[in-house]
Amino acid sequence: MALLSKKDANLILDPLADNNPITIQVLGICSALAITAELKASIVMAFSVLFVMGMGNVVISLMRDIIPSKIRIIVQLVVVAALVIMVDQVLKAFAYELSKTLSVFVGLIITNCIIMGRFEAFALANGPWRSFLDGIGNAAGYGLILVIIGFFRELLGSGTLLGFKVLGDPIEKTGLYSIGYENNGFMLLSPMALIVVGLIIWVQRSRNKALIEEN
Amino acid sequence: MAVNTDKNSYTVIFAAVMVVIVGSLLAFFASSLSEKIQENERLEKQQNILYAMGVNENEDEGSVNFVSTDKVAGEFEKYITEQLVIEGDKITKDDNAYLIDLKKQETEAKAGKTRKLPLFIGEKDGAKYYIIPMRGKGLWDAIWGFVALDDNLVVQGAYFDHKGETPGLGANIKQRYFMDDFTGESILKGTEYAGIAVAKGNNDPTNEIKDDNEVDALAGATITGDGVSAMIRQSVNLYKTYLETIRAKN
Repeated sequence: MALLSKKDANLILDPLADNNPITIQVLGICSALAITAELKASIVMAFSVLFVMGMGNVVISLMRDIIPSKIRIIVQLVVVAALVIMVDQVLKAFAYELSKTLSVFVGLIITNCIIMGRFEAFALANGPWRSFLDGIGNAAGYGLILVIIGFFRELLGSGTLLGFKVLGDPIEKTGLYSIGYENNGFMLLSPMALIVVGLIIWVQRSRNKALIEEN
Repeated sequence: MAVNTDKNSYTVIFAAVMVVIVGSLLAFFASSLSEKIQENERLEKQQNILYAMGVNENEDEGSVNFVSTDKVAGEFEKYITEQLVIEGDKITKDDNAYLIDLKKQETEAKAGKTRKLPLFIGEKDGAKYYIIPMRGKGLWDAIWGFVALDDNLVVQGAYFDHKGETPGLGANIKQRYFMDDFTGESILKGTEYAGIAVAKGNNDPTNEIKDDNEVDALAGATITGDGVSAMIRQSVNLYKTYLETIRAKN
């Protein structure tokens, strides 16, 4: 990557794997459980967070020298809430259809721990460009896990992907269902998202032993 | 320029300035966009009412497509022949009945006043539709919808929407496969206004039994489903007197 120095590139690449916000830092779990019952919702959430994280990190980074440390968490909360609400209002006025799809996610974005976590850990101490990269990287890492969970939950829970019946029709008994396969309704419930996250963590740590903490 | 950001006075001033800036920014956005947002909401309501009576641009079996926003006003005038406001025993015609805010009317009713109930009469291909607006509670927030009935109080179409149900679970009440199941069900059970229940384990996933006042529930969305059942039952009961007169005519 000629465009970015190696250090900057790592800001984006690290959160995708070895410093993933969900599987390593265990942040943003709440929304990973709540909205991953279907793939489409996961993708929408991933892009929304990508946008808010990029913007929010830059704003916080620009303000980092004037934010009083005593009330910094409140300032971060105000910034992210104001950003999300403004975007929501603009969408409602100019892209009503899209805003209907996103409406459910607005509250979840504001309270996403990853956003607050990155403001606190990175944007308050680094310049706007690096903060932007960090925000994009972490949101992408979050989105990646969301899409993986959404993929498995929708496939095994409803037998569809993005709404398409990839495994056949469960009621008409076509495709895989004709030989006795059944959807696992448990996959639609939040606990299974946690189990899928657990499996991802397992795979990740057995591939890279350095990630395993010593007790 | 080094500012001592730890001083109490600085903290207080910073907080005050921030609140003023953010507050006015949000107020500016809200007030400058509110007209456009209201217009969008108005068109959406027309689209939803038309959708319930089968005026839509659905293409394949999975899609939910409304009449496009540039055409909706004309189509609304064409298909919706009458808009009524029912206030106790008084029934008046009002061409802006669709703008009545059901939530406000609900609070009025709680305060002891008679609520205004809007009802839309549509006509398509010679058939008459009575479209009832509904409003209720889901798991997280409000749910609402419209149901179109024929002269025998059999559902001819339904539309549901929600504010914040769980994506992939309760949010699926606005999916075609769920809304279509209601078509053909009667809101009457004998002479009782039972509505239509969203039932788990009704042994009828393809929804072929049309006289059981039940449709198949969504997996993993029990409370939203119960909310839909309650919403339909309560809403049709509000219109009981009027619906009786339709039945008496036949």
